[in-house]
Amino acid sequence: MKAVVVIFPGSNRERDVCAALSLVTGHQPTRVWHRDAAMPESDLIVLPGGFAYGDYLRCGAMAAHSPVMREVRDRADKGTPVLGICNGFQILTEAGMLPGALLPNRSLRFTCRDVHLRVENTQTIFTCGYEAGQVLRVPVAHHDGNYTADPDTLDRLEDRSLVAFRYCGPDGGFSEAENFNGSARAIAGIFNDSRTVLGLMPHPENAVDPLLGGTDGRAFFEGLVGALQ
Amino acid sequence: MRGRSNVTPALAAEHGLTEAEFERAVAILGRAPNLTELGIFAAMWSEHCSYKSSKVWLKTLPTTGPRVICGPGENAGVIDIGDGDAVVFKIESHNHPSFIEPYQGAATGVGGILRDVFTMGARPIAILDSLHFGSPDHLRTRHLVAGVVSGIGGYGNCVGVPTVGGECEFHPSYDGNILVNAMCVGIARADRIFYSAAAGPGNPVIYVGAKTGRDGIHGATMASAEFSSDAEQKRPTVQVGDPFTEKLLIEACLELMEGEAIVAIQDMGAAGLTSSAVEMAGKGGLGIELDLDRVPLRETAMSAYEIMLSESQERMLVILRPGGEAEARRIFTKWELDFAVVGRVTETGRLVLRRNGEVAADIPVEPLVTAAPVYQRPWRRRDPEPEIDPASLSDRDPFECLQHLLASPALASKRWIWEQYDHLVMGNTVKRPGGDAAVVRVSAGGKALALATDCTPRYCRADPVRGGAQAVAESWRNLTAVGAEPLALTDNMNFGNPERPEIMGEFVGAIEGIRQACLALDYPVVSGNVSLYNETNGSAILPTPVIGGVGLVANVRNAIDLALKRDGDALILIGETRGHFGCSLYLREIEGSESGPPPPVDLTAERRNGDFVRDMIRAEHVAACHDVSDGGLLVAIAEMAMTGGRGVILEAPPLDLPRTAYFFGEDQARYIVETADPGSIFEAARAGGVSAHAIGAVGGVALTLSGAGAISVNALRAASEAWLPDYMAQV
Repeated sequence: MKAVVVIFPGSNRERDVCAALSLVTGHQPTRVWHRDAAMPESDLIVLPGGFAYGDYLRCGAMAAHSPVMREVRDRADKGTPVLGICNGFQILTEAGMLPGALLPNRSLRFTCRDVHLRVENTQTIFTCGYEAGQVLRVPVAHHDGNYTADPDTLDRLEDRSLVAFRYCGPDGGFSEAENFNGSARAIAGIFNDSRTVLGLMPHPENAVDPLLGGTDGRAFFEGLVGALQ
Repeated sequence: MRGRSNVTPALAAEHGLTEAEFERAVAILGRAPNLTELGIFAAMWSEHCSYKSSKVWLKTLPTTGPRVICGPGENAGVIDIGDGDAVVFKIESHNHPSFIEPYQGAATGVGGILRDVFTMGARPIAILDSLHFGSPDHLRTRHLVAGVVSGIGGYGNCVGVPTVGGECEFHPSYDGNILVNAMCVGIARADRIFYSAAAGPGNPVIYVGAKTGRDGIHGATMASAEFSSDAEQKRPTVQVGDPFTEKLLIEACLELMEGEAIVAIQDMGAAGLTSSAVEMAGKGGLGIELDLDRVPLRETAMSAYEIMLSESQERMLVILRPGGEAEARRIFTKWELDFAVVGRVTETGRLVLRRNGEVAADIPVEPLVTAAPVYQRPWRRRDPEPEIDPASLSDRDPFECLQHLLASPALASKRWIWEQYDHLVMGNTVKRPGGDAAVVRVSAGGKALALATDCTPRYCRADPVRGGAQAVAESWRNLTAVGAEPLALTDNMNFGNPERPEIMGEFVGAIEGIRQACLALDYPVVSGNVSLYNETNGSAILPTPVIGGVGLVANVRNAIDLALKRDGDALILIGETRGHFGCSLYLREIEGSESGPPPPVDLTAERRNGDFVRDMIRAEHVAACHDVSDGGLLVAIAEMAMTGGRGVILEAPPLDLPRTAYFFGEDQARYIVETADPGSIFEAARAGGVSAHAIGAVGGVALTLSGAGAISVNALRAASEAWLPDYMAQV
């Protein structure tokens, strides 16, 4: 399984996702600088977390117009799976590859802590490592993770089972308190129509080692790598 | 040099130079300085850059040891952690700017300390912040807390270095002068450390990073004077941070450091281009010529004076080997950073600046550095406080007092703060904020670092010697409590106006206490920072010598925390309880008194008890451990219970001490350990002459004490967690 991790100026969780992928595959993914002339062929493209271009305009807005994103979109159109985590999710929405937008958290504060997620659809390459309805504990670390879309888009996401994860309580139940960033319908991650593009705010790559406080993210990468092999 | 100088002693005084200092500058030059030169002398001889009041005392601190690669004097200290790895770390204050403009002040404090660490060739892996704010009731405090915390987060989160720990205290003495001390820790190869001494006459001097603007001019001078009521008007002296550029600068510098192009490198911190150029030339015993027309500028028509004194952020000065320019240019262009050859190293021993084709300054470097004034300021010790007899205290319900203490600003949970910091990025945070020390993994082989910042200012106020020693001892204890071997520390000496003998006495005393403890604990000082003049209208802060400690955990799997793990385990108190009550939090929060002497610090007992606890952790006899400090024994037990979500059935207090003194006294050198094997611990304690007492058993969902009833752990946690978010939500 060959993965490419695209690095923008200001990306900062590329090490974390590379470590998680290499833990599962046994080898480091290829890192591609956003201005490198050619992106190698791969089975997976990852847009890591961080603050691409400082996020000084809107989160992800500058990176979405970086030339490398034309290539990412072309590959995605041809079926190469694309995973955007945190800032990567923001870039995918700004690039129009996923619907909706990520507004500032309801608290207007950056929030770094463990949250619970419910897996909403396990019939995808990204989530096949989980049981339906499984509750995970993984960290979040973002200021702008409040997922927002118009009601028609939200209904369409629900109807087509394009919601990947929702914020929930430890028992899988939903409440406003658990939906800490105020996301519409507690959405933490969504797929595109073909379910080959996933954007999510939480960081499964930071939950792959029992020493670091949890392993619930490991099945994410095991399932994904297994599906792409 | 063109024209006659119109610099007068009065203008020099406005720059913070005394008459004698001005005369010395004139003698060095053999003429009156021009305005640019005056600015350079004033910056280099400011308290902030010259340490003129503190130098003679700082020299008395122990700074060497088998692991020390580089002690104080460089951008940061360096210690050896084996396998060819080195830890590079330092703490630095950004107090004055953070009070004036909390977001940018705190953000640029983080930026500055990051640069000190990666300048030496290290990748930053952790940030910690020691914060001291005024009374929660002061009108300004909420605004300052919000601004400082979001500034630290805004910068650290964006550069992608985890903020893993620190501390936050409130006291009215900080109403007019808050403290924002940021510590950065990095990892380098021990044989790839970069220093700042210029070498090789003719070598090119390059400027990299962000452009120079008019921000922060006179920052160093501003930080060397006390505030009056006009602090607001000093806002233009505060710099503006750009963490995105810093992130690029980290990556570009570390990439350039992989090659052989660099001779010396120095970040532009306080006093900007002035101090970086002067320090590089001074350390190398050489001269530097700079053509200021080549400095990348953000604004037009900047004078030599403004360029030299700007404190614009995210800039570095680098001396390259001959022919190294092409490689450096390629790397800095890739990272879209400014790059310019601005001068060269010379043999003249002079700092020569050109602007618009003319010489704008010409100063001999050696006397500028070595003839900087050094003061033996007069100092005086305050009279010691009388002891407090624990029997004089009224007996109160211990659980009510406990709940009150846990909801006090000093002890209440600081989760509201650290959840705004990305403490997980880089994927190595083994022990997160909220414990005795953070633990960060540094290698796949299983090595990790334990990191903490500590100080108990109220102890330092009452007895600076004891307070200084206690800050070091508590730091050493906090690292020990997670299973680490304490290696070395960095100190941030925050005090009032040193020209007042009683303030200078606090400084001298704290240094003496720190010295004693460092020697007794083999815990050298490898870097540090001094921040004086933290006072407003003659009212000074509590003396606050913050200790940033670094310890080594050889096998990260042996690192432990304070969360109670298993019902049925025994809790054992290591160390002696005498019920010392002076300066205790109980006295302050419950009785409303800040009187009495701080607890004595028995450094022999500290060493013995700490070594014992660390041995027990390594032998895997300990499931959880916590040092006993602020608030005393019952608070420590409650913190273990709240973190682990388990209750404790407490043993009855000993009969020879009043109950209140036993539960809330703040005797030092104590730890609580949770163990499934009390027999082994008692046996080893007897053999080692260590005091060990059973104090309770883990179980249930409450703290329970015969004769005093019970209090639920959830209720305690709710009280502790609620205070700060509730406070910040008030408008």
